[in-house]
Amino acid sequence: MTSQDVTAGPGAPAAAPVPQDTVRAAAATPGRQQPFGALGLTADEYARIRAILGRRPTDAELAIYSVMWSEHCSYKSSRKYLRQFADKAPATDVLLAGIGQNAGVVDIGQGYAVTFKIESHNHPSYVEPYQGAATGVGGIVRDILAMGARPIAVMDSLRFGPADAPDTHRVLPGVVAGISFYGNCLGLPNIGGELGFDPCYLGNPLVNALCVGVLRHRDLKLAAATGPGNKVILFGSRTGPDGIGGASVLASASFGGAGEGAKRPSVQVGDPFMEKLLVECCLEVYQAGLVVGIQDLGAAGVACATTELSAGGGTGMRVRLDEVPLRDASLGPAEILMSESQERMMAIVTPANVGAFLATCAKWDVQATVIGEVTDTGRLEMTWRGDCVVQIPPGSAADDGPVYDRPVRRPGSLDAVTADDPARLPRPAHGEVLADLLLLVGSPDGGDKTWVTEQYDRYVRGDTVLATPHDAGLLRIDDATGLGVALATDGNGRYCYLDPYAGTQLALAEAYRNVAVTGARPLAVTNCLNFGSPEDPAVMWQFTEAVRGLADGCLQLGVPVTGGNVSFYNQTGSVPIRPTPVVGVLGVHDDVRRRVPSGFSAPGATIVLLGETRPEFGGSLWAWLRHAHLGGLPPVADLEAERSLADVLVAAATQRLVVAGHDLSDGGLALALAESCLTGGTGCTVELPGDPATFLFAESAARAVVAVRAGADVAFERLCAAHGVPATVLGRTGGVALQVAGCFAVSLAELAQAHRSALPALFG
Amino acid sequence: MTARVGVVTFPGSLDDRDACRAVRRAGGEPVELWHDDASLRGVDAVILPGGFSYGDYLRCGAIARFAPVMGEIIPAAARGLPVLGICNGFQILCEAHLLPGALTRNAARRFINRDVRIRIENAASPWTSGYQAGQELTVVLKSGEGAYMADPATLAQLEANGQILARYSGVNPNGSVAGIAGVVSAAGNVAGLMPHPEHAIDTLTGPTADGLGFFSSVLLPVARA
Repeated sequence: MTSQDVTAGPGAPAAAPVPQDTVRAAAATPGRQQPFGALGLTADEYARIRAILGRRPTDAELAIYSVMWSEHCSYKSSRKYLRQFADKAPATDVLLAGIGQNAGVVDIGQGYAVTFKIESHNHPSYVEPYQGAATGVGGIVRDILAMGARPIAVMDSLRFGPADAPDTHRVLPGVVAGISFYGNCLGLPNIGGELGFDPCYLGNPLVNALCVGVLRHRDLKLAAATGPGNKVILFGSRTGPDGIGGASVLASASFGGAGEGAKRPSVQVGDPFMEKLLVECCLEVYQAGLVVGIQDLGAAGVACATTELSAGGGTGMRVRLDEVPLRDASLGPAEILMSESQERMMAIVTPANVGAFLATCAKWDVQATVIGEVTDTGRLEMTWRGDCVVQIPPGSAADDGPVYDRPVRRPGSLDAVTADDPARLPRPAHGEVLADLLLLVGSPDGGDKTWVTEQYDRYVRGDTVLATPHDAGLLRIDDATGLGVALATDGNGRYCYLDPYAGTQLALAEAYRNVAVTGARPLAVTNCLNFGSPEDPAVMWQFTEAVRGLADGCLQLGVPVTGGNVSFYNQTGSVPIRPTPVVGVLGVHDDVRRRVPSGFSAPGATIVLLGETRPEFGGSLWAWLRHAHLGGLPPVADLEAERSLADVLVAAATQRLVVAGHDLSDGGLALALAESCLTGGTGCTVELPGDPATFLFAESAARAVVAVRAGADVAFERLCAAHGVPATVLGRTGGVALQVAGCFAVSLAELAQAHRSALPALFG
Repeated sequence: MTARVGVVTFPGSLDDRDACRAVRRAGGEPVELWHDDASLRGVDAVILPGGFSYGDYLRCGAIARFAPVMGEIIPAAARGLPVLGICNGFQILCEAHLLPGALTRNAARRFINRDVRIRIENAASPWTSGYQAGQELTVVLKSGEGAYMADPATLAQLEANGQILARYSGVNPNGSVAGIAGVVSAAGNVAGLMPHPEHAIDTLTGPTADGLGFFSSVLLPVARA
């Protein structure tokens, strides 16, 4: 056992003390070599830190800047473009807190507000699937908690390599089990998400976790350390050596190469039981009015919380790092600052309330320690063993990080791809479409997702009205009035590869449509932008197009972006993933008792196809699975048509005109009809008004299929006409088969066999 | 008068809120009980709800069994107080030896959240008196360690005494011995159930309203009193 392994109580000296670098020492030894490169800082960035401080940084200060100026925390490559979300924001009065806070907060009426956000945990989930995915859930839940909200549900958007690849069998079960373990143990229903497979994610899966919380307007909390003299309290788990440098090293560099082995210990370990206690403890101290400001500890841990709180409050802060409770007494100040130990929060509390705050923490068995005070110096000062080891302007680390204007270049090779029109692909004739339908229905992408979702608790808290496999998750917020919120996430790497601008608008449109299908009015947007390296000009082009598409789309649909997350460096070696912006849309449901489920559950309803179908196969699931083809252009993103369609869907739910509704997206009408029959357990008979392959497999956007309540046909037709939405009667629900006149009839039993065995056949 | 039904919150309890809602929906008055208070506040019955008490550290229910509130529940149960443990609550009752047997890891080694059909085998307990023996219900199973196990002698005794409260109907979802979904104590007042009746109290948020009977059953004696 070496001296580094000694574990003792807080404050115990390490066995072999190394002289600590102090502010005084830094001033006296300006020429000392510092390992800024290993910490992910460039020579220019290092020079800038020296300019800000007028001396070389101490080791502890270097640690702070390295994590705060990492791509993950500073958004240095994306910041220039993300401004569009504010600049182009639609006029709205629903936003109570917006971009820049831990999460956006949206007014949903009746005195309620909701806060929601999606965040990536891609790299940790590849290195250590179970803990990586688990702590992804934990991190986003604390973001929501930090706004003053009670977390009420989670969702996850997952993408893996080919379902039959050996490494997918290492990564997928671990990720799902990690999400299941953490979310279930925390008591948050998992109400939906996505699961997709593509070779581009084999060495870089996407694990994006979303959390939504609810609060009363008056309970809104901000990350600001105000009131000099107020106490800084660190509470939750002790600080250990886990995840040190995670943000700077893991999330901000690509996989591959010699460094990989050294990165392995950087994944944190989650304790959902502690997080559950932390949630209840926080809500109790909020309720009692004991908190002036609050911040969660995520990437960059204490460094991030102290700099952001003091920068947010426009104040200063004095922190005694010796007071931080440690799991490993050998940690020094730089490591304490960078540690990403989970389940920790930092609160600003008035001296008069410290006693009550600590008593509430004790009730919940949550360790809480006063580690410093708010000051009016405008400096963040930290001491260690009596010496000053940090003395910086907090805003220089939190807000004034470097902003890059990276080279942007549309890849010339894209022309050949978009010129490869899928119109040339042979399409199945009437008698052949069933084989293609079964291919889609039985594929890992189109198949039933129960193998995954059955591992998640969707019932806890008793307010889940709709969850997977319905189009959106729907939660009841108020028992008496039936007020609720709907949430959906969508993304499509194939569309975005062909045209990142249109592809991102299609992701937005799909999530918007999924929310509207349930009867909820879309209100606000969050996003998780998954891309390759920003140092690759072609990736930067994809990124800039995606952001422009999303900002323009949100303006046109009248739904503001409330916040989000950028995940760069998603690539294997020099090969980036396909650009995969994931868009989350939140909607308000006036009365969840009028929710519209996706399944056909009774015979005798008229099936109506809404929207216009065109022979659009570019990036479609059919072209990909049947012909391994990815070329041409994605479907047209007609956002005015999306808006009209949503108006019809929401009005139809309010007036109780429809008994089921399902959006059309990947897999087109074919997959939508199959899913509606299987989910509700009732078959249907339809007649297609044109080329069956086009009507079944094309992926034209702004479409949905609905089952109209018996007797409501005329009213529904009038509603569609009033909004200018094309409505085509296809047939009726009923029977125990899916029948397409002139093409095929397949029993629901056969359909179910193909659909339900897709994932179990691969994953057991 | 309205029956007062205590619902215990341990650190890590998750379905306490749902159990309270079910009691209220059935017409009772839920009373929140705190793990650290050695008091039952004069309730007419007690529910130990689902969740992961104390993070399921050591073994599910193994730590909760020593909570101060259990020091009150154990003697009260011996005096005949109706006690229902759901999921983690069932695990706690087994650890406290108020019920025989143990709950072990699901046969598939994965957490399962599924709507399941169960058959009421014993309709004489205070928690099932509103059902008919043989009646089938659809309720919610959601657990990672839900497979009921007991040694052959105990099992024979349970069968002989009519202590099997409910069995899974059709497919056995988790490998429970003899398809057992719930059991009752020899005296009949302490019941443990692995599936969650509190998640099946209306069709808006659950698969059915079949589970409401557990909560209305326990109110009957008080309503008659």
